[in-house]
Amino acid sequence: MGMNNYSLSLHRPFRDRSFGLVRKFLRVNWLFVICVCALAGVGYTALYSAAGGSPQPYANGQIFRFFTALLMMLAIAMVDIRVIAKVSWVTYVIGLVLLVVVMKFGHTGLGAKRWMTIGGVEIQPSELMKLFLVLALASYFHKATFERIGNPFFLLPAVLTILVPVALILKEPNLGTAVITALLGATVMAGAGVRWWKFAIVILVIGVAAPVLYHHLHDYQRERIVTFMNPGSDPLGAGYNIIQSKIALGSGGFGGQGFLHGTQNQLNFLPEKQTDFVFTIIAEEFGFLGSVAVLGLLFSVVLIALYTAVRSEHQFGRLVALGIGMNFFLYCAVNLSMVMGLIPVGGVPLPLISYGGSALTAVMLGFGVLMSVHVHRDAEFAVEEF
Amino acid sequence: MPFMKRDTKGRPAFTRRAALIGLAQLGIFGAIGTRLYKLQVTEHGKYALLAQANSISERLVAPERGLITDRFGVILAGNQQHWRALFMAAQAPDTQTVLDNFSKLVPLSADERARIMADLGDRPQYIPVMLKDFLEWPEMAAIEVNTPNLPGVIVEVGSTRVYPFGPDLAHVVGYVARPDQKEASVNTVLALPGMRIGRTGAEAAQDDSLRGEPGFVQTETNVHGEVVRQVAHDPGIAGKIVTLAIDSGLQSLAVQSLGANAGAAVVLDATNGEILAMASNPSFDPSLFDKGVPADVWNGWMADPMHPLQNKATSGLFAPGSTFKPTVALAALKAGSLTPDSVLTCTGSFTLGDHTFWCDNHVAHGSITLTTALQVSCDVFFYQVALGVGVDRIAEMAQQLGIGTDLGLDLPNASPGLVPTIAWARERGIHWAPGNTVVQGIGQGYTQVTPIAQATMIARIASGMAVGPHVTRRVGGDLQDGADPGDWEPLDIDDRHLAVIRQGLFEVVNTPSGTAYADRLMIPGVQMAGKTGTAQVHNATAAEKAKNFNDATLAWADRPNGLFVGFAPYDAPKYAVAVIIEHGLWGAISAAPVARDLMTYAIQNDPAGRDKPLGTQVSDAGAPS
Repeated sequence: MGMNNYSLSLHRPFRDRSFGLVRKFLRVNWLFVICVCALAGVGYTALYSAAGGSPQPYANGQIFRFFTALLMMLAIAMVDIRVIAKVSWVTYVIGLVLLVVVMKFGHTGLGAKRWMTIGGVEIQPSELMKLFLVLALASYFHKATFERIGNPFFLLPAVLTILVPVALILKEPNLGTAVITALLGATVMAGAGVRWWKFAIVILVIGVAAPVLYHHLHDYQRERIVTFMNPGSDPLGAGYNIIQSKIALGSGGFGGQGFLHGTQNQLNFLPEKQTDFVFTIIAEEFGFLGSVAVLGLLFSVVLIALYTAVRSEHQFGRLVALGIGMNFFLYCAVNLSMVMGLIPVGGVPLPLISYGGSALTAVMLGFGVLMSVHVHRDAEFAVEEF
Repeated sequence: MPFMKRDTKGRPAFTRRAALIGLAQLGIFGAIGTRLYKLQVTEHGKYALLAQANSISERLVAPERGLITDRFGVILAGNQQHWRALFMAAQAPDTQTVLDNFSKLVPLSADERARIMADLGDRPQYIPVMLKDFLEWPEMAAIEVNTPNLPGVIVEVGSTRVYPFGPDLAHVVGYVARPDQKEASVNTVLALPGMRIGRTGAEAAQDDSLRGEPGFVQTETNVHGEVVRQVAHDPGIAGKIVTLAIDSGLQSLAVQSLGANAGAAVVLDATNGEILAMASNPSFDPSLFDKGVPADVWNGWMADPMHPLQNKATSGLFAPGSTFKPTVALAALKAGSLTPDSVLTCTGSFTLGDHTFWCDNHVAHGSITLTTALQVSCDVFFYQVALGVGVDRIAEMAQQLGIGTDLGLDLPNASPGLVPTIAWARERGIHWAPGNTVVQGIGQGYTQVTPIAQATMIARIASGMAVGPHVTRRVGGDLQDGADPGDWEPLDIDDRHLAVIRQGLFEVVNTPSGTAYADRLMIPGVQMAGKTGTAQVHNATAAEKAKNFNDATLAWADRPNGLFVGFAPYDAPKYAVAVIIEHGLWGAISAAPVARDLMTYAIQNDPAGRDKPLGTQVSDAGAPS
């Protein structure tokens, strides 16, 4: 079989299994949409409380953004997954360009250039990059047989595909997102069938290289790590957030202090609690019960993404769903661990709940692609041999 | 075109890996949940406490100091409100920034700033530190407007002690001052801004009652130290109202009567020892101590030969002179060495060994009895009486009458005075010659009395009761022990002896030949009895002996003191008075008129036994200035 034929097939409009828009719409995983909406509701409640019992300035703005993003998600869900696969490298390159642009022209927030505004929407290219990386890697491994995956030279371009954006994000600098991006790439590779021992080698290498890397970290990044080791040493400095966050969680108790009655929250002991530390509001005011309920909702989203991946009948969809689910999971895990003082503080929001447009947009964009995978789970890709 | 329908080949492998990844994710969520359980359930108590400490800030507030009033409820020491700025460092993220911002609004000197930093260093965090007391209104307003820049700064209404009678009652009421560092470190409550300690007078003697118990304010503060709301407020327990026995009208008259003279005047309720008036001249402004006495004022007081800070009524020591004669007589009557009918002869002088003791102006009074001797104040008569009874018996009687003994006065720094005894002299290696006893007869020599002891002596002679002088009538409305005449024991003196003495003292004032006839009361049916005294302040020098010892040409400090003690009404004694005019020459001319004026007022207004019950108008003395 000629290579040309098969490569062409990917670009050809899909004929055999195309659906009408209505049928596609009905194939959306509505349980998933309900979970996402429920999390947005939790976010509304928390932001309402963060403003001292007012829909302004956080809750209303955020819920508006959410519904906008929800529409965008459903729209993307209608886009044929093969079209998405087709443009995956294009978006990857766009993501890289955006990362470079943001470094040169972006807004500086907290000493790092991470933000840019496109059409009034704040965008953090590193958030988009994670999705684009997943798409690009999925596309790369979609075509790969298991024999090829065993070949280290076949893996090299994939590793480079991961390392280029990771390096750019590190340079922003944004240590947390860089690590998450690398983990995401690794997840897709693991899903594609790369041998576990190869990951073990990489981990070993990183372990050796870490002390060297530490010297190249920014002072504030080092401070975060040091602070994490001993948060009590500087109660009003960098460790302050962790201590206040733990106090908020702990004072919530089993049943919580009651809606709008969390003293840590209402008295502003946590700076910027509506963003990264939003979970403390829920934990303080609704207690362990409320926290676990939210944890359950978050994990439902992760599980449904995993289910979507397993249900997908094409490798691209599997890897994309796995990556998107993992992206959401990592957001949650990193944010929650940070709030509980398990890992150093980094600017990672709790998706769907934290105040802010950039993460929400990126996550909902991913969920749109995830739903597209679900809608087009039995779409037929042209098989290509290399 | 070959399409592979389903790439089933890779699917089981992927599902396996997806399941592993899902398990890992579940594990991590489980770990997060476990951690949550530990924080929220297991360690809830610890964090709940921390949260409370975060948000609730408690500070102590100074209680309102109790008022001091006279017996009729006239305020003698009150509280005037003013604004002051306090600082709770625990509520401020950065002390230095706050102090910088504060001093832009209200300038702080380097000294004040150093003091603030020192206070911050050693105070518990629930005790605020005084930034600036006595704020002007514009300063207060500027602070209030700039509250966001001044986390931890509190503007509070504080109170300043005010003394409406000023110097007139400074020695009796006393004054308050801020506790010093040592006192504040011993008792942290005293470190509270606004707390004052009574330093002298009733302020000091009744300090425990006046001070009250501190209250507290619990406020919920946010992370910037801004007060969100007040959680609890306990005003504490205000100090008790102390009602003095003083009659402020009589007191003002006493001060007025002393005029420019250095001296003291005391009026007692002779039936129970209550101090109705106690003036010590010159005086001072007691309100200066609250804010701090300016150095020049302080130096002026220290240099003043009239010692304005000293309460001469309770700690001024004077030779009693002839006012001591009733005591000598009572001692002799009791000992039997003298009877009311004994006749002794005065030739104008009395010679003992090679020393001659003179009578006043060398006048010979002839053969006279005790009452006449008192009436004309014959020295020679009493030289002989003293010699006859002996110094120890005189001392014994003096102490029974309140001289040379601790009177248990409820004012600080009272001196017991001194009456010598043989034993006293021996202890000090003084050779006690009979001549020493002779001069005891006329209240010269070693004997030293305070005006309050003088007043006590004459009150006891008048009432026959061992009344003790005291200035506090009520504390918190409760009548104090001693206010009732029945609280006092009778003197161990024969009533007939007392009657003879009273008779003599009556004649002093009410017979034309009496030394104080000019100062008899002009109230129909009411007579005063009393005794004048003119006491040398030191042994006369040769030059002074050439002149009469109470010649007005003497330098002020060398002139004798004028004294007078008396009681009235003669037939039913109710008031006792003692006056001393330092270097006032004749007691009859300097002291007796003052005593007469005071006694006239006392008889006419009759404050004894009366007061105004608590509960009527006792608010503060003024609005915030």
